Amino acid sequence: MRRPHPGLLVLGAILLVLPLLLPNAFYFDIVNRMAINAIVVLGLNLLIGFAGQISLGHAGFFGIGAYASAILPTHYGWPPVAAMGAGAAGAALLASVIAPPIFRLSGHYLAMATLGLGVVISIVLKNETAFTGGPDGMPVPPLSLFGLEIFGERQWYGLFAPVLLFSVWACQNLIDSPFGRALRALHGSEVASQVVGVDVARYKVAVFVLSAFIASIMGSLTAHYVGFVTPNVADFLHSIELVTMVVVGGMASVYGSVVGAVLLTALPQALATFEGWETVVFGAVLMLSMIFMPKGLVPTLAARLGKGR
Amino acid sequence: MNAFLKACLTAVFGFALAMQANAAEPIKIGSVLSVTGPAAFLGDPELKTLRLYIEKINKEGGVLGRPLELVHYDDGSDANNANSFGKRLIESDKVDFLIGGTTTGATMSMAPLADRAGIPFISLAGGVVIVEPVKKWLFKTPHTDRMAAERVFQHMKKQGLTNIALLSETSGFGQSGKKESEAAAAKMGITLVANETYGPKDTDMSPQLTKIRGTAGVQALFVFGLGQGPAIVNKNAKMLGLKMPIYHAHGVASEEFIKLSEGAAEGVRLPAAALLVAAKLPDSDPQKPVALGYAKAYSERYKEDISTFGGHAYDALMILVGAIKRANGVDKAKVRDEIEQTKGFIGADGTFTMSPTDHLGLDLSAFRMLEVKNNDWALID
Repeated sequence: MRRPHPGLLVLGAILLVLPLLLPNAFYFDIVNRMAINAIVVLGLNLLIGFAGQISLGHAGFFGIGAYASAILPTHYGWPPVAAMGAGAAGAALLASVIAPPIFRLSGHYLAMATLGLGVVISIVLKNETAFTGGPDGMPVPPLSLFGLEIFGERQWYGLFAPVLLFSVWACQNLIDSPFGRALRALHGSEVASQVVGVDVARYKVAVFVLSAFIASIMGSLTAHYVGFVTPNVADFLHSIELVTMVVVGGMASVYGSVVGAVLLTALPQALATFEGWETVVFGAVLMLSMIFMPKGLVPTLAARLGKGR
Repeated sequence: MNAFLKACLTAVFGFALAMQANAAEPIKIGSVLSVTGPAAFLGDPELKTLRLYIEKINKEGGVLGRPLELVHYDDGSDANNANSFGKRLIESDKVDFLIGGTTTGATMSMAPLADRAGIPFISLAGGVVIVEPVKKWLFKTPHTDRMAAERVFQHMKKQGLTNIALLSETSGFGQSGKKESEAAAAKMGITLVANETYGPKDTDMSPQLTKIRGTAGVQALFVFGLGQGPAIVNKNAKMLGLKMPIYHAHGVASEEFIKLSEGAAEGVRLPAAALLVAAKLPDSDPQKPVALGYAKAYSERYKEDISTFGGHAYDALMILVGAIKRANGVDKAKVRDEIEQTKGFIGADGTFTMSPTDHLGLDLSAFRMLEVKNNDWALID
């Protein structure tokens, strides 16, 4: 058995100590939202950072999960866990059907195609009022696992923290596997990787389906956690937010995903007191970090520390 | 220079300390409004109104000798953010009361939080679901879409118009309006002989209008939409020479609507809050002084036209302040009971009389029927 990554131990320690330091449920809420975003971004980073493919429609998959968990239990009496599974399966199925044609595209065209996909999902959620409640959204029943209802920010932390830890561990292992090496190879050069026997199309589809699956699961959990969903979750802006987290944190960096999600979830809350200037400051922070650290926070800092040594 | 700075700082600090020592503990009112994003046209006047009146109340000595303090966050028109900021207000800022939720989605995402924490919460959103079924801690001040539909149908029936065509927008506002209109029509003996929709960004509604014109027995047209669409309907109807009376919903009640219609609005009717026609109300109307007072204070302070949305915030704040005074303290359960007991409060939206089964407290008389005459509003009912 291999030694676990030191980063994983640090993250585990932080997650273990955090509950002792957080003063009230609001801070637990922020940390929970950080964890949700971090996990979605981990999946998205596999696609964007490692495989070099863009998706501007990922909030769509998040929305599919969220609405599956809202609609199936409310209208059809499904148990929440089954609804979550159905949502994730649906998202994965949609991704696997749509991926082969759109991954024939690349660059701007791929960005446009994925954007279109996200927009279509968002429009459906807004207009199928009878099922989704339309733009006003709909309530989501609480999540019960093994007969226990998860209630309150602290209990949810107990769910999100281990899931985050597991996701980071799984991502790291995936990247070190032949699958991960194939992804990085096709990022470098599709022709070269084809020459050495990597089935480029198959790997692109696989990683797209995986990231859609993760987004859908987290969408379901978020819906149960918040207790209410609106079509905003599947919004284009939400997709952009997720991609921003990937880019700011650092492409092709597992910890970059976590740092990006933590930073971009905390910033709006920290800036909320700026009264009308928050969007300006938010934009400035993003611009400066991109100008001075174009590779993202974690890879840039890691390189600097490496040089200093 | 340094000495001068020091002196200044000392003075400021001294003053601040003195203020703190003198002033009683403030009453904290938390609010989450959509000041940016698509719902900003609602949230912005709401926030400005809250600021204006809290300042005013504090200048006059506060409530029960305690100043009011507004803790405000902008949800950017995203209900998910509203939920997060709601938690922040309750858990971290420890506010005493909540006002806000510009949209129905934002309100409903915060409602469970207020319920769990036991905090009186007055919403500024339109949806019927907020008060039906009644939720213990949740109240609201704006009229519902159902009331707008009922008021229009009431007026139509008086005019002997019972076979009507409904043309609704596919936006959130229009869809809610469509649902409520269909329900209200069935209840009030109105027959919807045609039921058409248009997209919020459509630039031509003549196909729908042609179809409506061709439908047998249509006596009047009821348009449920916001912004550009209803004005385009007016223009298309004029071009097509549509003779039937046209009714609109309360969402277009602004001067802008008449301007956008470029003369084609002549004769169209709609329900609106008294605020829009404050100066034209008869002197005997009890709402006249309230509406005029609000309109004057707002336009003097912000140098912009008032909107009925700011009126929702005015009513919410005043109902809350009234309840705090009657409860003689900020005990949350007592204030909640007192909000529920609000009787005959004359606000910008109408006269509120709440009860354990009615957490809105407005009846149809809160809506005035207006008609556009000579490019201006005229009170017709």
